[in-house]
Amino acid sequence: MSLIEVRDLTRTFAVRRRSGRLRRSPSVVSAVHDLSFTIESGEMVGYIGPNGAGKSTTIKMLTGILVPTSGEIRVAGLAPSARRTDLARRIGVVFGQRTTLWWDLPLRDSFELLQKIYRVPHDRFRRNLDEFLELLDLGRLLDTPVRQLSLGQRMRGDIAAALLHDPDILYLDEPTIGLDVISKGRLREFLRRLNAERGTTLLLTTHDLQDIEALCHRVIVIDHGTAIFDGALGDLHGQGGSTRTLVVDLVDTAPAIEVPGAVVRKVEGPRQWLSFPAGASAAPIVAAVAASYDVADLSIQEPAIEDVIRDLYSATGSF
Amino acid sequence: MAEVSTSIVAPARNYVDIATLWVRAAWAYPGSFLMMAFGSLLITALDFVGIWAMFASIDSLGGFGLREIALLYGATGVGIGLADTMIGSVERIGVYVRTGRLDQMLTRPVPLMVQVCADQFTLRRLGRITQAGIVFGWAATYVDWTPSRIVVAVVMVASSTVIFFAMFTGFSCIQFWTTDASEFANAFTYGGNTLTQYPLSIFPREIMVGLTFVVPIAFVNWYPCLYLLGREDPFGLPQWLQFCSPVAAVASLAGALLIWRTGVRHYTSTGS
Amino acid sequence: MLHVAVATRAFRRYSTYTAATLAGIFTNSVFGIIYSYAYLALWAENPTAGGYDASDAVTYVWLGQALLMTVALWGGGTTDDLAERIRTGDVAIDLYRPVGLLGWYLAGDLGRATYHLLTRGLAPTLIGVLLFHIQLPDGPVAACAFLVSLPLAVTVSFALRFLVASTAFWLLDASGPRVLSGALAMFFSGMVLPLVLFPGWLGTLAQALPWSAMVQVPNDIWLGKYPGTEVLQALGFQLAWALALLGCCALTLRTATRKVVLQGG
Repeated sequence: MSLIEVRDLTRTFAVRRRSGRLRRSPSVVSAVHDLSFTIESGEMVGYIGPNGAGKSTTIKMLTGILVPTSGEIRVAGLAPSARRTDLARRIGVVFGQRTTLWWDLPLRDSFELLQKIYRVPHDRFRRNLDEFLELLDLGRLLDTPVRQLSLGQRMRGDIAAALLHDPDILYLDEPTIGLDVISKGRLREFLRRLNAERGTTLLLTTHDLQDIEALCHRVIVIDHGTAIFDGALGDLHGQGGSTRTLVVDLVDTAPAIEVPGAVVRKVEGPRQWLSFPAGASAAPIVAAVAASYDVADLSIQEPAIEDVIRDLYSATGSF
Repeated sequence: MAEVSTSIVAPARNYVDIATLWVRAAWAYPGSFLMMAFGSLLITALDFVGIWAMFASIDSLGGFGLREIALLYGATGVGIGLADTMIGSVERIGVYVRTGRLDQMLTRPVPLMVQVCADQFTLRRLGRITQAGIVFGWAATYVDWTPSRIVVAVVMVASSTVIFFAMFTGFSCIQFWTTDASEFANAFTYGGNTLTQYPLSIFPREIMVGLTFVVPIAFVNWYPCLYLLGREDPFGLPQWLQFCSPVAAVASLAGALLIWRTGVRHYTSTGS
Repeated sequence: MLHVAVATRAFRRYSTYTAATLAGIFTNSVFGIIYSYAYLALWAENPTAGGYDASDAVTYVWLGQALLMTVALWGGGTTDDLAERIRTGDVAIDLYRPVGLLGWYLAGDLGRATYHLLTRGLAPTLIGVLLFHIQLPDGPVAACAFLVSLPLAVTVSFALRFLVASTAFWLLDASGPRVLSGALAMFFSGMVLPLVLFPGWLGTLAQALPWSAMVQVPNDIWLGKYPGTEVLQALGFQLAWALALLGCCALTLRTATRKVVLQGG
């Protein structure tokens, strides 16, 4: 059995829209519509989509905060909303911009309270704490009041707090939002190790696609409440008509290059940018350019994942 | 027995653990804490000065003298003070819905009500409890104490705490439906407190009936104090009502818990 | 004109909380009913207490409920925003604005008060008329004077709340002083008990303090307790306190500004 099973999941909300000066008419919008996926134990999955696509609605249903309108969910074999408190011991949740730590007290106090709440045996607590403090570089901050921590330090504290009870699954909502480059890198490294060494399953929603590139082998893209892509990150490039770019540095300036299978996007002095379908091979194009022009240098740019996803959204934007 | 330990003892321990941490957090700003504690004392003390000042113009109100009213005042003040301390953040549940803090709590393996009541736990109401306790003590010298009256007095304080606790939690639940209607509960909590500072004989019979059988605020102090003072019920209601405070407490607590459950259900089924 | 715009914006901001307003009106009405019966019992014992009759007393109760939010007795209003901005340091931005900070916040608070008067002031008054047949203003002069006394009452309250919020410049957290000042305001404004019932020196003192300008004085104007030109004296009393306290605010602000500038915000 998979660790997370989601079948035909639908969630609708009743909203009241202003339809006149004072009149309001009720209508039903579906935030999540016929969503199905499974996640195996030990996977690291990126769950992405534009604002309002249904990401947080899904996470709320997976954690048992929200009851589905229809469809089925099993997380670690449990129905989340019916068994919410039992499930709570098996999962860890980190909401990016909201800390769960005690603002005016040292980090240590928050950790010790969580030990009691989750009833973590003492020696396991010690072991986990020592390890996380070491890996997250929090050791010397243990006695610092949380309000004096930087955003990155606080986020690391929150992640350690969510892991003290050895959850099978860690849900991360925008874990790197607002962090500087170094903090982001350190956090990603930690999550990678966590997954490799403990086998913790990770489901993360993010707007930072570098998080996904650094961590996730699998991506689920959701838009208008429906999964529009579910697969390996690499395969995402082939989707939605995305293109790669061949950057050609000629010896001299020349008019736009004309070769079959590629189109010139931009010309800047002797440098020209040619785009061609991401699925096609670059070799015949490179050969054709080299045969007809004096080439000083060549390079190929992979499509940025942002562009790929933007293409994907616009390709499916019709529904 | 194992059932009992998981359903009562563990949440109670969680409550104490979380509340203790909040008390320590409040001590990060001792000046602010002390000023708030003194402020809460001052508010209720001045309330009582107001009642005392009334007696510059009159000798009795609704047939009751100052000492008797002080007994009513002290009993209801201690009750609401204790309840207010125990409910932590229930009054602000709407804010928790809006900011997402409620969602965070829902992902923890501790009953939601325990978490909300322990959250932002503060001993700032100690000021109020102390002040009301002193007034009660002063008035108590007027009571002709017997063993049964002592029992009724102790049960009264416990019951009024529970009844006010139920008023706070039950009526705050409206915020699960409209998050910014927090003031609605004040009509029953602080309103109930103000109302029971006066002898209920000043109100019309219909209000009295409502306060006995609909929103059982009259059991907070009125009925048991009639017994402590050895007075006839001014409305001619039966004397056994004077021993019914625990019944009213259990009934209102059950009602509040039912509303709470409905509210949480509503929240988890609508997400708003 | 700028200040009118600030006031209008504050008015609109508060008018978005419909549920809060309805809940508040309900609560004001419940308290109005409780105090009405308490005062009726009191005046049944002593029909001329404090120079009021029972009808005056009940009218006083409902006017008090109407003024409670309008003058923000407990605190609240734009001064809470100020305290928060001092705590976070955002006040430095306010200080460098070309318009005076005091006038800016006062305009906003008058806008707020207008909204609260039209909702949480008007509704309890109407309910008082329906349930307890409270008196209307004692003639056109009293009505006009009452309307003049309202902004003065709000200004006195604002200035006191501004001073309380300013303590955040030194204490960072103004919530302690806010609770203390709320307690004093409830008592000395005449909200807990009409000041005319306060015995001896306590009554004399309470009637001279600025808080009496917030509830007792407007209520007495409505009830027609100031015959002839005494109304002008009552308004003058409010105006004097308003100006004196605003002066204190300006001084405090100057001291605080120097402090903020020295600390570099």
